[in-house]
Amino acid sequence: MTRSVRIGILVPALGLFGFLLAWALVGIPSFGNYRGSYGYILNRVVTPERHMTNVVTGVVFDYRGFDTMGEEFILFAAVVGVVLLLRQGGREEPGDLKDSVGSDGVRLGGTLAVGVCVLVSLWLVAYGFVTPGGGFQGGAALASSVLLVFLVASHKAWSGVASNRVLDPFEGVGAGGYVVIGLGALIGGLPFLTNVLGPGTAGTLWSGGSAAFVNWSAGMEVAAANLILFTEFIDEYVVPLAAEK
Amino acid sequence: MTSVLPYLVAGWICVIGLYGIVTSRHLIHLALCLTVTQSSTYILLLSIGYVNGGGPPIFKGVKLGTTAVDPVVQSLTLTDIVVSLTVLALILALALDVHDELDTMDPDKIVELQG
Amino acid sequence: MSWALPLPVVLPLLAAALNTALDHVTPRWAHVAVTLAAVTTALVFSVLVLLHSLSAEPLHWFGGWQPRSGIAIGITFAVDPLGAGFAVLACALTLLALLYSIPYIEAATRNYDVLVSALCGACCGLALSGDLFNMFVWLELAGVCGYALTGFDIRNRGALQGAINFAVVNTVGGYFVLIGIALLYARTGALNLAQIGRALAGQQPGGLEIVAMTLIVCGFLCKAAVVPFHFWLADAYAVAPAPVCLIFAGIVTDIGLFGVGRVWFTVFDAPFGAQQRLFGDALLWMGIVTALVGGTMALVQQHLKRLLSFSVVCHIGIMLVGLGLLSSKGVAGAAMMLLGHGVTTGGLFLAAGLLAVREPARWTAALWFAGAVALIGPPYVGVYMGHALIDDAAVELGRHWVQPLIWLAGALAGAAMLRAGAQVFLGLADDYEHGIEEGRGGPLPYLGAIAALLVTLGAAVSVVPGLTQRVVRGADRFRDRAGYADRVLHGIPMKEGAHLPVVVQPTSTASLVYGSAALVFAIALAAFAVHRRDTARARVFEPVTWPLQQLQTGVVGDYVMWVVVGTAVLGGVWALTLR
Repeated sequence: MTRSVRIGILVPALGLFGFLLAWALVGIPSFGNYRGSYGYILNRVVTPERHMTNVVTGVVFDYRGFDTMGEEFILFAAVVGVVLLLRQGGREEPGDLKDSVGSDGVRLGGTLAVGVCVLVSLWLVAYGFVTPGGGFQGGAALASSVLLVFLVASHKAWSGVASNRVLDPFEGVGAGGYVVIGLGALIGGLPFLTNVLGPGTAGTLWSGGSAAFVNWSAGMEVAAANLILFTEFIDEYVVPLAAEK
Repeated sequence: MTSVLPYLVAGWICVIGLYGIVTSRHLIHLALCLTVTQSSTYILLLSIGYVNGGGPPIFKGVKLGTTAVDPVVQSLTLTDIVVSLTVLALILALALDVHDELDTMDPDKIVELQG
Repeated sequence: MSWALPLPVVLPLLAAALNTALDHVTPRWAHVAVTLAAVTTALVFSVLVLLHSLSAEPLHWFGGWQPRSGIAIGITFAVDPLGAGFAVLACALTLLALLYSIPYIEAATRNYDVLVSALCGACCGLALSGDLFNMFVWLELAGVCGYALTGFDIRNRGALQGAINFAVVNTVGGYFVLIGIALLYARTGALNLAQIGRALAGQQPGGLEIVAMTLIVCGFLCKAAVVPFHFWLADAYAVAPAPVCLIFAGIVTDIGLFGVGRVWFTVFDAPFGAQQRLFGDALLWMGIVTALVGGTMALVQQHLKRLLSFSVVCHIGIMLVGLGLLSSKGVAGAAMMLLGHGVTTGGLFLAAGLLAVREPARWTAALWFAGAVALIGPPYVGVYMGHALIDDAAVELGRHWVQPLIWLAGALAGAAMLRAGAQVFLGLADDYEHGIEEGRGGPLPYLGAIAALLVTLGAAVSVVPGLTQRVVRGADRFRDRAGYADRVLHGIPMKEGAHLPVVVQPTSTASLVYGSAALVFAIALAAFAVHRRDTARARVFEPVTWPLQQLQTGVVGDYVMWVVVGTAVLGGVWALTLR
């Protein structure tokens, strides 16, 4: 089947597909007039019941926490899969570029920036139940902050921080921690992942109950998983020089 | 028309993403077209949840009962983004392996098994 | 017993996380032990859940979020016997695959065990879940694990091709499911299956429901490899390691069919119940075409695992026919077929894997032939009971022409396997590719025993006393939308049924005749193909399969194009007929 035949069949089919999709889409309540009950109820009960002012994080880690556990494991499995697929290692010959950053200004500013970014990321995770943020957002930001080390310092500094020996336990503990917290509730006779530590005070760090721990474990897992991904892809291209080994 | 425009935009992006996947000549381009198709689902979910005059579903300092948009679709989108990231990572890893083994990145040329 | 519902899902996932956390610290045997312990415990709990579900409908509301005045605000596991049985099968097949893998898969161990146990958890999760988005999450997890495991032999170009085709097609299918979920959420504001069904019940269905149904069904059918979404399966299952193929053929492909059935009987039966024949007939026709395509393509394969892959496609088609009949016997037939086919084909994949260890011996040949016969389904062997139930269901609906077609398809696939058995295992030809990976090995008696166990169990499925009756009753409950919604949303317990007999179900004369005829036909065709190899291939098989082989190009762009075509055509048909 040549390309032109393929495209020749695709275009009318895609046209029909698009038409059907558009037909369905115009049947949706018009933009702004959404009247579903699920979101309406949650907007009104999450804060009084759970003292979480960020309803979205409340939904993600408490009301629909089981979905989030599954999603966390999707990330976990994909990262393990990437490690499996890239297990043969990368190139043998070093290229022309050297990666140590020469400018002191960049190094200094960058190191400060890493510190600030890490703190902001941790803040995003910690205050996830209060203001926009949460485990996933903060975890991704944390991973990016650590990636900054590679950009502003050197591969040697980066590989000290982001080696698999360091990251795998974090990833495993993050993913497993979520399950263990859920099982903790189950052993106590409650349904899996019940929020058990009391709601705390709304608007402060001390809100969310045991969902806060689930939040942190998700953050840890997301950060570690992303860092492992970065490591795997970077190691495909970076050849450590003899002096650095 | 503006009352359904966001949804139609999502539909259009889905369609062109699918076109890109089918006609792609480079594995990385194909992976990114998958991401484009997925981003149409984000747009669809988030525009479904919008409520006229609604603020974000954050109630810190905001009186309870104020109109807010739907929080459930936002959590669904969060899950969706993670799924998209994971598939992208896997396909990129496979692309690297293909480059090592086959020295080509054109999906049309990866035809070890046929018939 | 409802406290045990999450365990078949979370225990394998916990083992996966634990293995990663302790990866660099503990030796390999510890990882294997942890994974085996977790999957065994999950199996035990899933059996307990199955036994409990026979007389009750256990529910587990995660986080303790019970529904409020009929509106579900949390996620639930709502278990019926078919779902629990699916979970039992998933755990059992995973356990056997792990046991087979211990000597068979030599390197990259931690990652392999982690992915296999996560795959097990995902399959159990999809079978037990009562929430539509939760089902999507488990579908994606199963997919991700599958893509990585298919590409396990990274030095094999075919494995890379298979993994890419698998990943791209199934991901596109997943997106379709997600768009469908978004459309349903926009209309009903609910993600719980029972609640969506309830919300759609009173209203006149419009374009949104039709397209949402098309997208969700086609997305699941991409996973199930039904024509025209089936092309990826032959590429992927031909190159994955043998124990992984066991799990794939045994349970992962069937997730797609289970998803379609669950979504129809809890959600779409509400708006489209009066026109269910239009829905069912579309599935019926897709199933028949799939079965025939699978059977005929199997006949011209020279690659052993690819041949088995097309046999999987053939039997998926037969299962879809059963599901498309939409009656209790039809659904029960699909379930019995799932059980018989899954276990037997899994055993055959393992038997094919034995070829890596040693040259074919007589007992491996016997194993292969036993499996092939079980998949043809002569009276009371293997998939016979599944076929017989589907036959009865088809006759009840007045569709007598369905029976010969699906028996023929199964016989074609069986003939292909018999021919391959003669040529490979009895050494009558030498131009077969085993498709077996290099560097695999292990003690032959141990590996052979696991394969033999699977084939024996698969062959014996039709004669387990009382199984058929219980599966039919399970199908009754699977189809009962009103009862499901009452139980999930309002906690109304189900009514007790009469006690079921523990005997082997009698079947109709027509099925006995068809079953015997299928076996005779398959043997004759295989003998013809072996003795008149070149004539058979050139004059008989190739003219029929040439167009199909031209379509199976191996290029992922073509496959996605067919996905779009299939979805658009199905959507168009339903748009015109269901309004």
